[in-house]
Amino acid sequence: MPSRGIRMTTGERVFNAFNILIMLSLVVLTLYPLLYVVFAAFSVPSRLMTNYGVLLGPQGFSLVSFAAVFRNPNIWSGYKNTLIIVVFGTALNMLMTILGGYVLSRKSWFLSRPIALGVVFTMYFSGGLIPFYLTVRGLRMTDSLLALIIPTAISTYNLMIMRTAMATIPSSLEESAKMDGAGHLTILFRIIAPLIFPTLAVLVLYYGVAHWNSWFNAMIFLRKRSLFPLQLILREILIQNYTLDMSIGSAMTDQEMVSETIKYSVIIISTVPILCLYPFLQRYFVKGVMIGAIKG
Amino acid sequence: MSVRSRFLREMTKHGELYLIALPVVAYYIIFHYVPMYGAQIAFKDFSPSSGISGSPWVGLRHFADFFGSIYFIRVLKNTLTISVTSLIFGFPAPIILALLINELRSRRFSRTVQLITYMPHFISMVVVCGMILEFTSRSGLISVVLSWFGVPPKTMLNDAGLFVPIYVISGIWQGIGWGSIIYLAALTGIDQELYQAASIDGAGRWRQTLHITFPGLLPTIIVLLILRTGNILGVGAEKIILLYNASIYETSDVISSYVYRRGILNADWSFSSAVGLFNSVVNFILVVSVNWLSRRASDTSLW
Repeated sequence: MPSRGIRMTTGERVFNAFNILIMLSLVVLTLYPLLYVVFAAFSVPSRLMTNYGVLLGPQGFSLVSFAAVFRNPNIWSGYKNTLIIVVFGTALNMLMTILGGYVLSRKSWFLSRPIALGVVFTMYFSGGLIPFYLTVRGLRMTDSLLALIIPTAISTYNLMIMRTAMATIPSSLEESAKMDGAGHLTILFRIIAPLIFPTLAVLVLYYGVAHWNSWFNAMIFLRKRSLFPLQLILREILIQNYTLDMSIGSAMTDQEMVSETIKYSVIIISTVPILCLYPFLQRYFVKGVMIGAIKG
Repeated sequence: MSVRSRFLREMTKHGELYLIALPVVAYYIIFHYVPMYGAQIAFKDFSPSSGISGSPWVGLRHFADFFGSIYFIRVLKNTLTISVTSLIFGFPAPIILALLINELRSRRFSRTVQLITYMPHFISMVVVCGMILEFTSRSGLISVVLSWFGVPPKTMLNDAGLFVPIYVISGIWQGIGWGSIIYLAALTGIDQELYQAASIDGAGRWRQTLHITFPGLLPTIIVLLILRTGNILGVGAEKIILLYNASIYETSDVISSYVYRRGILNADWSFSSAVGLFNSVVNFILVVSVNWLSRRASDTSLW
């Protein structure tokens, strides 16, 4: 916040008031759709059907749709698969990105630059979706969760963030460790990694969220429903309208009504974990989007 | 020194480094360069049983088929419309937001605005599109609000003319906050003494913004603009596939969604690889030329 003189002119006061007003409208526009989802999910289905439109609170209070969602075995298996993908996928992402960041930040090594060129080139040119699909299929990874973990083991954009962070560490630290006989692996994991903790935290979040939210690769690589991650189940419910099998427990006439609130409940169940997480890392975000990450 | 002893010396000195580099290089070769090699099936009649090298060459036939079909003009036009509209409305939005956040006097309010506007970025595409489908349905939130202004309620995503506005506006909702972070980061890099000096010279806030803040953001803006322009044909398939339906293909089908349908759903591998390769090559040429132009005109470039 730049300090800009003590006294404010009338024009500045008007501007400040307008600015706050614009920000408040933006906050409302961002939050209201999400609040609407919360209101609708906790509403009594029949009252939501007659009282649709702008809601200022839940219409009555009911947990039937949540009960219906939790009765659905697909939600549970989706959750389980997503957790497996997030945990193992992010762990592999971090390992590979740390290794890659180290290689790319070794400016004195003669192979560092050629490797960097090869990596950066993939940001601007790719073989396309179909050859990628056929490659993964050729490795016999389809219909296995490995297809969602290994082909996306490194995000080049995140690797560039990692490289930039590692390059800022003074080489004198490494030199003294080398004197003491430390090898590359010791330097990397004992000296460099602890020093760039904020970057590591942000990248865990980026990778974790990306795995949690991804569905496209699952859609093209998986056929077995028992392997579907949560987002693919969500797609069936939200986009393709497969909700009726869940409302079967309720009375016949209520089925259609419940199927509407079920959509809002699954949104909450799938989104709340992430929304609870990101505020804790907010202060590190700025570090994670350094422009240097894009500029080769 | 002999080759052998040079090799041994390099290995004792940097052996662990080779070990560290190996998985990374292997990853990029297998999942990026092998697919690039595989893109040659665009010039072949690929069948899985004969493999990539065993399939017969057909030259430019798939490209000719694509350029000659009605889909070529349609998906190209839709891709350009969606990406240019997103660029015009979606690109300035985070810049304006960052400038406005920067002018907020209360740190706490500013942090709260940031926290809230980042939120949509963390919501999955499936959920966002599910919400869009609900809200734009006949009895959905947006239809109801529009009906106050005399717009008859309807299933908005069955109206071909509404696809682009819905896509672009929801895109701004998703990305405005997150997109502003990079500019806020750039703002922290501006020398505060410049503001003090300008203030002493009698420059008001508007002129400070115009002559200090905006020029301070310009290199960031240019770099991001190069990337956006270079990716003008890169409208992703995910959001399109989730939102469109067969009745509005005429405005909503883009290159990537067409590749998905022809390649993954219909298994027209060679044809869809040709479409994808055309897309990749045009993208690459664009980013290289825009970068070259920018370097000549403004000294700012990606490389």
